[in-house]
Amino acid sequence: MSTSIFDHDHHFPGVELPSDIPAELLRKAPLNLPNPAELEVLRHYTRLSQQNFSIDTQFYPLGSCTMKYNPRIAHTMASLPGFARLHPDTPAPAMQGLLQVLWELQEWLAAVTGMAAVSLTPAAGAQGELAGVAMIRAYHAARGDHGRRKMLIPTAAHGTNPASAQMAGFAVVEIPNLVDGDLDMAFLDQHLGPDVAGIMLTNPSTLGVFERRIADIAARVHGAGGLLYYDGANLNAILGRVQPGQMGFDVMHLNLHKTFATPHGGGGPGAGAVAVQERLRPFLPLPTVGREGGGALRWVTEQELPRSIGRFSAHGGNIGVLLRAHAYLRRLGRVGVSRVSAYAALNANYLLKELQRVGYQAAFPERRASHEFILSVSDLQKATGIRALDVAKRLLDFGIHAPTIYFPQLVPECLLIEPTETESKATLDRFVAVMAQIRQEALEQPELLREAPHHLPVGRLDEALAARRLDVAAAQ
Amino acid sequence: MSKIPETLRYSDTHEWVEDLGGGRYRVGITDHAQELLGDLVYVEVPEVGKAIRGGEVCGVLESVKAAADLYAPVNGTVLERNDGLGDNPQWLNEDPYGQGWMMVVEADAVACAGLLDAVAYGKLAES
Amino acid sequence: MPYIPHDGLETAAMLAAVGVERLDQLFDEIPPTLLVHDMVLPEGLSEMALHRELEGRAMSNAPLRCFAGGGAYAHHIPAIVWEIAGRGEFYSAYTPYQPEASQGTLQVVYEYQSFITRLTGLEVSNASLYDGASGLAEACLMALRIQGGDKSILVPENLLPGWRRVLDSVLGLQQIRLVTVPYDRATGTLVLPAEAGDGAALIIPQSSALGLLEPVDALTDWAHGHGLLAIAVVNPLALALLKAPGDWGTQGADIAVGEGQPLGIPLTGGGPYFGFLACRKVHVRQLPGRLVAKTVDGQGREGFCLTLQAREQHIRRGKATSNICTNQGLMVTAATIHMATLGGHGLQQTAVLCHERAALLRELLTAVPGVSLPYGGPFFHEFVLRLPQAAVAVRDALLGHGLLAGLPLADWGMGEAGDLLVCTTELLEEVDLLAYRDALTAVLETL
Repeated sequence: MSTSIFDHDHHFPGVELPSDIPAELLRKAPLNLPNPAELEVLRHYTRLSQQNFSIDTQFYPLGSCTMKYNPRIAHTMASLPGFARLHPDTPAPAMQGLLQVLWELQEWLAAVTGMAAVSLTPAAGAQGELAGVAMIRAYHAARGDHGRRKMLIPTAAHGTNPASAQMAGFAVVEIPNLVDGDLDMAFLDQHLGPDVAGIMLTNPSTLGVFERRIADIAARVHGAGGLLYYDGANLNAILGRVQPGQMGFDVMHLNLHKTFATPHGGGGPGAGAVAVQERLRPFLPLPTVGREGGGALRWVTEQELPRSIGRFSAHGGNIGVLLRAHAYLRRLGRVGVSRVSAYAALNANYLLKELQRVGYQAAFPERRASHEFILSVSDLQKATGIRALDVAKRLLDFGIHAPTIYFPQLVPECLLIEPTETESKATLDRFVAVMAQIRQEALEQPELLREAPHHLPVGRLDEALAARRLDVAAAQ
Repeated sequence: MSKIPETLRYSDTHEWVEDLGGGRYRVGITDHAQELLGDLVYVEVPEVGKAIRGGEVCGVLESVKAAADLYAPVNGTVLERNDGLGDNPQWLNEDPYGQGWMMVVEADAVACAGLLDAVAYGKLAES
Repeated sequence: MPYIPHDGLETAAMLAAVGVERLDQLFDEIPPTLLVHDMVLPEGLSEMALHRELEGRAMSNAPLRCFAGGGAYAHHIPAIVWEIAGRGEFYSAYTPYQPEASQGTLQVVYEYQSFITRLTGLEVSNASLYDGASGLAEACLMALRIQGGDKSILVPENLLPGWRRVLDSVLGLQQIRLVTVPYDRATGTLVLPAEAGDGAALIIPQSSALGLLEPVDALTDWAHGHGLLAIAVVNPLALALLKAPGDWGTQGADIAVGEGQPLGIPLTGGGPYFGFLACRKVHVRQLPGRLVAKTVDGQGREGFCLTLQAREQHIRRGKATSNICTNQGLMVTAATIHMATLGGHGLQQTAVLCHERAALLRELLTAVPGVSLPYGGPFFHEFVLRLPQAAVAVRDALLGHGLLAGLPLADWGMGEAGDLLVCTTELLEEVDLLAYRDALTAVLETL
């Protein structure tokens, strides 16, 4: 383990506190934060950075997370002082440059999704989901249709889906998937009715396959008076090729930190823009960017959109992330956008075939992979007791980030693998070679996997101890 | 294979029930349940005096990577609870039928008659 | 092809391995009627052309001396902060779900949690939420879970209106009632509510939207005396100077929440910022969001990992404490480096400097003919000025002098038409303050 920042401390005399603030409002005790020298800070955090895996240093085949290259130009553009120093309450005439960027991004995302209108404000996918289901709720309420309290969600959905629906006041009904990965239509029919507000779907689904009967599902849900929500987590699979709007979805969120290459930053910030069909436009979260006849841009507020579901953050959302997504889209353009899904699909299907060739079992061998696919190592578990977790941890030893494991829960001992379009054939071939070696190790020296990783700053951590002892802040 | 003592009765939601006589029953989770959950780090047991209903949620179990509801195996009222579990949730893993007991409830014998015996529970746990 | 490395030979070899001839055959399971052939998007740009276009846009946002606050503050950010936070190993890392491969991020978050607990005087801090306002909504939901039952939240009238709107939007979805606690029109500060009603918690802002410091001890004691939790809304930089929420009243506030932007985060038109949320340890199971703990590995080496994940949506799904998944990780990394670089001493010096400059500016501006001070109470680095003209018109006129003079309260539906909320930070030197005074004098003469 590295040293702690608290190990670097130099003594300073106390700071004299202002005399015009009453003493009972001032700090009782001196602020007990360390006082390291600048070089000590620099070295400490540089060393810590070196204990991380990252896209810039490692391959990250992390399913459902779309860990593609984050182009550096996007970071440079978002850091331009003309953007970085802009106070959020600057009057619109003095921030036209920024508003222009945001307005274009709204337009482009509407085009990519086949939707009528976009709000960029949600700060992440989960907040976009909350805004999206809140709009479904507001839509039904505005029509006087108050009985729609249920939200249908596939069992294999991301955990944020039911959590967001719950936060928006809906009761969640889970719908099972069939063995071929498609949705159980009989179950769907059984549950559709006047109490159903809508359905939340990802397509391609979290099982890494395209829901082929989506048009049929949309017709049935609409027929029963419900709306369709599209979880944009897997948009990379169909970018520039299929529009959620055309599939029949009414409302969706996009994960700009997945599909549009903005960085994950060790857990955020993301951006979860929402896009809607015309009939949901009046309910969009605020603010959005509007354009006057003369071309001047302004923030759209409650006065103009009185039926809006409101605001989910104090200002206009994660604008620095939106600037990066804009730069990425502008760089790619129309042709570049459709290449994304083509090469994401090529990399995924190539990897699937190659991994099957070296002995791994696909969860849905009869299906075409989307931009990701699922392997199950149940066979290894039966033969040697080796689990998906062990394979994942052993990969770390080879400088490859673990795939997503144990999600979706429906496939036992699963690895969800998403290579993304920005990885080269050479990287994928090395991954296949490493996976082949690990498979052999699992059969011949299972202990090597069970005790992995061996070559990182720490081995497997005692997570039970962490939760029971709960040391979550340095003792004073 | 997990342990399933023959002297106990079981619910299909993986709780065990021990008849202490006089309408008092001790309740905990089975060895099989703790194996499925993994290392437990938190447990919430209903307070003494609370009425519980068989088959309904009455508490929470959390392990490092999973969360599960604790179901009441029978209708009854909580007479005692194992307060030591608050600081020692690992007792549920280490000794589910002993130190890891969760509560003692007052219930009538008829209510407990519907519970499974060790053989029947063993079949359930295997499936 | 931007950011796609495949050459023609590689593509051909991969297609052959898959068993198809063309890329579009990879989409053969998608019903053909769903495929789009046209999409209104511009042509792609080279990196050079993109740079030129966006630099033009950025430069069209005229640079202004910033006297606006209201929840977002212009501070100096030491060069090393984003130099390190921008390193690829932090910038392009994923959420630290694989702890062995994420010790850097995890230790940073642990240090961040440690800093926040010391600033707030509370025992536990989470790893961040989206921003201060959404963080406050989560704090309210947390208080409602702790208190149980169908209860309301007492919201001060002088809470930042943007934050109030977020509470209305988020809590309104669950039909949670918000009861407004009025402020005294003469002093601008809160008066103790007449009754607690069915309140679960009282929100106490320090300082308020009017820039004034509130009698936090009395408010906290009132809340506890009526069985309510006290939720402190605080500026983290001000906490270098002001009493920590954990020390408010006789028992201390229960939850502290705030906007982390003053800790090394650029303004960027409103985000990304981050919300911090801290609480007493007894409430940790109701805390939303990620949490990092120190532990050991199989060989006894110390390390860090995410903990209490069973509270979160990826495990508990519909029953989770919140739907939050992605938070503001990189902003927390920057804030941690920022706090370490300034150190406890530097943070205190900065806070004192902000206050002294604001006090000086207040003195300079109230000497301008016609300008008065509606509230005289103590403040941190923001205060309300009452102008003899509409504040919106004065603010707009001062843009021409290169100044963002402050926030007209009329924009928020608060105060009088002449009220302007003015903020000063360490970035503004005496020469800037004098320039403001001169420009204001000139504008008031001509308007």
